[in-house]
Amino acid sequence: MYVSIVDYGTGNLNSVSKALEVAATKVNKKINIRISNKPKDILDSDKIILPGQGSYRQCALGLKNISGLWDSINEFVLIKKKPIFGICVGMQLFSDQGFEEEVTKGFGWIKGAVKKIKLNNKDLKLPHMGWNEVSVVKKNDLFLDIKNLSHFYFVHSYAFEAENINDVICKTDYEEPVVVALLKENIFGTQFHPEKSQENGIKLLSNFLNWNL
Amino acid sequence: MLKKRIIPCLDVKDGRVVKGINFVNLKDAGDPVEQAKIYDKGGADEICFLDITASSENRKILLDKVSETAKSCFVPLTVGGGISSIEDIKSLLLAGADKVSINTAAVKNHNFIKESAIRFGSQCIVIAIDAKKIGNNKWEIFTHGGRNSTGIDAIEYAKIAEKNGAGEILLTSMDKDGTKTGYDIELTKAISSLVSIPVIASGGVGNLDHLYEGFNIGLASAVLAASIFHYGEYSIMDAKNYLIKKGIPIRI
Repeated sequence: MYVSIVDYGTGNLNSVSKALEVAATKVNKKINIRISNKPKDILDSDKIILPGQGSYRQCALGLKNISGLWDSINEFVLIKKKPIFGICVGMQLFSDQGFEEEVTKGFGWIKGAVKKIKLNNKDLKLPHMGWNEVSVVKKNDLFLDIKNLSHFYFVHSYAFEAENINDVICKTDYEEPVVVALLKENIFGTQFHPEKSQENGIKLLSNFLNWNL
Repeated sequence: MLKKRIIPCLDVKDGRVVKGINFVNLKDAGDPVEQAKIYDKGGADEICFLDITASSENRKILLDKVSETAKSCFVPLTVGGGISSIEDIKSLLLAGADKVSINTAAVKNHNFIKESAIRFGSQCIVIAIDAKKIGNNKWEIFTHGGRNSTGIDAIEYAKIAEKNGAGEILLTSMDKDGTKTGYDIELTKAISSLVSIPVIASGGVGNLDHLYEGFNIGLASAVLAASIFHYGEYSIMDAKNYLIKKGIPIRI
């Protein structure tokens, strides 16, 4: 099975690939991991991971600046209907639009927008940074054998406001409930970083590798 | 609920973990890669890797040590020391750092904070402030590993760092570092209550109650310590269990 990590000049891809390597040792399949920005590699893959760090806008522009990349991801997801895992801003890009810096269009696969987290409590900081408990609000295969309210590592100031509650599978409390994992058919994403969340994160990645639609 | 973080810090010189008293008289506390593995398995919430002499000797960080250290960590890794360009940040992130801690270069050029935050995102830009008390509720920042005074007020600078896009502040008291007499709580509280980004308290931890003070009185989001963990006086879990008993929200 070919799993591609989409490389578009953002953040720490090594963290994702080394966590994925560990996750791959825990599944009964031969997994070939590659880091690529080539549309052909994306379309040839069985599964892809879309990481993302920085701002929504910079990530969207980063993807669009590489010839054919944006369209190939769209084709992979909408036409081939193969599994994608978006991490952090990677997940945020599933939305219609993001409001960081200036309004920027996303893939529009999952109805909603990405907006700054609003806080009234002055003791709470932004970014929402560190380990928080993730509450699974809708049963799904990706969180198989992961205990409810397990800790995952977060770092973000903007959050996904989903229009359709059915797309939301996990929430986390940060003054208000924040959407932290989405699932719609072949499209899966988390606001937190599985690659930085020790055993729970590795388990989630191996569940993604095992995931059959 | 978001948990408070405990961050063991690896102060690295020539590829080895050291810890000194007031930034001089360095002692050897081992291999950073081995230490990082122990901390990762031992429950650290993040790990910090500081190449403490990189800036003063104009030497670039030992990228291979960073990459080797990163391979042993499945928690966030912050790397600092001698970062002076966008290229430096890029190569550290590629070597496996999740965040970079910038000190001297950000003080010299406040725009550097802005540029790096735009390029890589605020989430990976930690601004390190080394501060020394110069009067009542007044602290001055120092650069080059605490060697050069700047005349810049620490509180003013913290505000500038936040405004320019820093995601977090790593706040070290020069007076307290290595003394084991506890954090400069007034400094920590002054800056934590001023900025809306997380503040990491650093410098001076000698026992577990100091960590508690950092959270409870200093209002820090995270506490950083080096020697109490390096020399095995306390494990990360000792610290966590102690803080939980005291009512601090901590991840187990």
